Amino acid sequence: MNKHGIVLYLHAHQPYRIRKYSAFDTTYNHDYFDGSDDDSGFNNEQILRKIADKSYRPMNALLEKLLNKYPDFKISLSLTGVFLEQIEKWAPDVLESFKRLVKTGRVEIVSETYYHSLAFFYNREEFEQQVEAHRQKIRDIFGIEMEVFRNTELSYNNDLAKWADDHGYKGILAEGWDPILDWRSPNYVYKPVNTNNIRLLMKNYRLSDDIAFRFSDRSWSSWPLSADTYNDWVNMSATDKSIVNLFMDYETFGEHQWKDTGIFDFYESFVGKWLNNPANTFFTVSEAVKTFEPVGEISMQNTVTWADTERDLTAWTGNSMQRESLRYIYDLEKDVVNSGDVNLISDWRKLQASDHFYYMCTKWFKDGDVHAYFSPYSSPYDAFLYYMNAMRDIRWRLRGYNNGGSK
Amino acid sequence: MACYYMSKALAAQGASIDFVVPYSAPHPDINWMRIHNATGLDPLSKYSGLGAYDSKNVATGELSKADAKNLKDIRGIQKCYVKYVEKLVKTINPDVIHAHDWLTMEAGMRAKTITHAPLVVHVHATEFDRSGSDHGNSLVHEIEYQGLMMADKIIAVSGITKNIIMNKYGIPGDKIEVVHNAIDPESLNDGYVYDGRTYRYLEALRADGYTIVSTITRFTIQKGLTFMLQAAAKAIAQYDKLMFLLAGDGDQRDELIELAADLGISDHIIFTGFIRGKQWRDAYSVSDIFVMSSVSEPFGLTALEAAHHGNALIITNQSGVSEVLDSIYKYDFWDENKLAEQIVSIAKSPELKESLQKGVMREYNRISWNDAATKMMKLYNSTRKGIES
Repeated sequence: MNKHGIVLYLHAHQPYRIRKYSAFDTTYNHDYFDGSDDDSGFNNEQILRKIADKSYRPMNALLEKLLNKYPDFKISLSLTGVFLEQIEKWAPDVLESFKRLVKTGRVEIVSETYYHSLAFFYNREEFEQQVEAHRQKIRDIFGIEMEVFRNTELSYNNDLAKWADDHGYKGILAEGWDPILDWRSPNYVYKPVNTNNIRLLMKNYRLSDDIAFRFSDRSWSSWPLSADTYNDWVNMSATDKSIVNLFMDYETFGEHQWKDTGIFDFYESFVGKWLNNPANTFFTVSEAVKTFEPVGEISMQNTVTWADTERDLTAWTGNSMQRESLRYIYDLEKDVVNSGDVNLISDWRKLQASDHFYYMCTKWFKDGDVHAYFSPYSSPYDAFLYYMNAMRDIRWRLRGYNNGGSK
Repeated sequence: MACYYMSKALAAQGASIDFVVPYSAPHPDINWMRIHNATGLDPLSKYSGLGAYDSKNVATGELSKADAKNLKDIRGIQKCYVKYVEKLVKTINPDVIHAHDWLTMEAGMRAKTITHAPLVVHVHATEFDRSGSDHGNSLVHEIEYQGLMMADKIIAVSGITKNIIMNKYGIPGDKIEVVHNAIDPESLNDGYVYDGRTYRYLEALRADGYTIVSTITRFTIQKGLTFMLQAAAKAIAQYDKLMFLLAGDGDQRDELIELAADLGISDHIIFTGFIRGKQWRDAYSVSDIFVMSSVSEPFGLTALEAAHHGNALIITNQSGVSEVLDSIYKYDFWDENKLAEQIVSIAKSPELKESLQKGVMREYNRISWNDAATKMMKLYNSTRKGIES
């Protein structure tokens, strides 16, 4: 009989935010992502350095400590290409600490798009290029190959599972959303419908969000959450089941939940308590799919993500500003790629980051709080205008090659 | 700005002017009249903090209850202004009192009561225009109504404004004289040379055969921009090589950005935000067509500025400036199909565009402040005769 295992998966990412890029910058300045003279949330270097202090450094230190202390402790990470680029430039010690984590052999890296994009839904060829670019980056830095895939914002549907299966992935991650699971539990390994070898891990969103979203919420009935209570919940959830998939943003630790909420101590203490029970352990994502047989098939015809109360793509594609800018940026694909200009291609791909479209979200109600917290812009309309101005500048640069992108 | 050129032209025709402004600032370039500062306020504060020309910010209190010492409140400034004028008219003995719009109407009425000099009320915009609806601020409406009733003569900046004064305030037409605003082309001949740099993206598209359609305005309901965007979508559906430059800012901005996206034409529209100086001049210069889409525009000076820069003009019948120009396209602000048709026909026909551009270039030059001043001097004299007989 296998032990129960927590599958802890943390996603680390920082976009290149667009600065206040006006209509008068277009054709003159190509430095969309260089808000370095700005102090108000567009300064990517400043933001990266700040979050490195608040989250990446202390959390990696804690993870190292836990790995040293508990032989059964394991985690999985996804590190986007644009995130890795930024820590290479502005926090090389953080990159080194990630390398040390991976070297333990108990930290697995998860495959995804380099640019944190939604390319899968707009251009399959472009999507594959970005996945390959990310594989290469991970190979270069960590010297490893990845076996499990996650798409941006945990977006998932049957087509994606089929694609990942065809491309040899052993596993894929998705949200454990109730309308999909119905009476079933997310605490098992599943098989995506119409696939051969790949397995599906579904996020236990209740237990994940207890940490990621509710931990410091004083209006939550369970606040303040103790490691004992949480350990009871997870043990209860795991009873007679295989796994508990705790998937969340890496930045939950120290950035979304600040140090003074007690998040680090809570987590350290919880890991100790969980492993105190000899029936309990941790699995990385690929271990989990290799250890357990699937208990059933899961079909997701429509795309499911891990965002907002709808768990769909509406946070990125729900309004016409988002759909317009997505259409325009992907329309440029042929001209940009044909230009062969590596800087231009890189800037164009950075503009595909889902974050830009998230900032244009106008669902300012229940989810709005989260959106407002994550947006550096004073309004989604500003985010849209800066984006359009930068997109036009990409077109302007294309004129030098093929007179592409007419407008 | 209108008052600056108007007073200059009046002085040139022999008028002796005492001009009371609601702020304090040196005007070293003005030597044709005496300027009186009714308050110690900085002139910029009327645009920023108080928004004095924006009647939405007016409390619906009574003037008698306003505190003349509270200059943070527009009613306080008005009271201060009234007190200043009351004192001033006792020393200068005016032949005629000329009050502009609701902000100075109360002072005008007080001055008439004290001096028995005739009151001329000059209407640049009514509260109906400013609010873009039949509502607006009731206190402002009341002040306007009182001022219009008590005036010996009323100057309206257009036939449209005259009609509003007759129809909405019930003032008989023979009390109202239309004196259109003008433009001083000299004010725009300041050595400005268009270098094609500011809107390089648009210039490149122009070189590719695109037509640039612009409007430079405040983004408020009064300006009818949602109709213009609907028309833009219809025009683009017929003829793709169109770009729209929407220069300005205002509380309707987000709505317009969203509407353009809903219509699927964001790609054809550039929002610049508020512009001034070279960016403002160049916005005219980069344009082929200038649209004034106002739902209610007493005059619309920007149309004359656009004409000066060689734009073909499309102006709503609800804009006063359309009364003084012939070589323009006109439409009713709600008529999206017609505006779309007009834009497309100009964009498709270089001959038509050129004839409109050249025609309006001749016409705008004919409209002068001197002619306006001549009309006003005649009107002053008629009021004086009325009193004496």
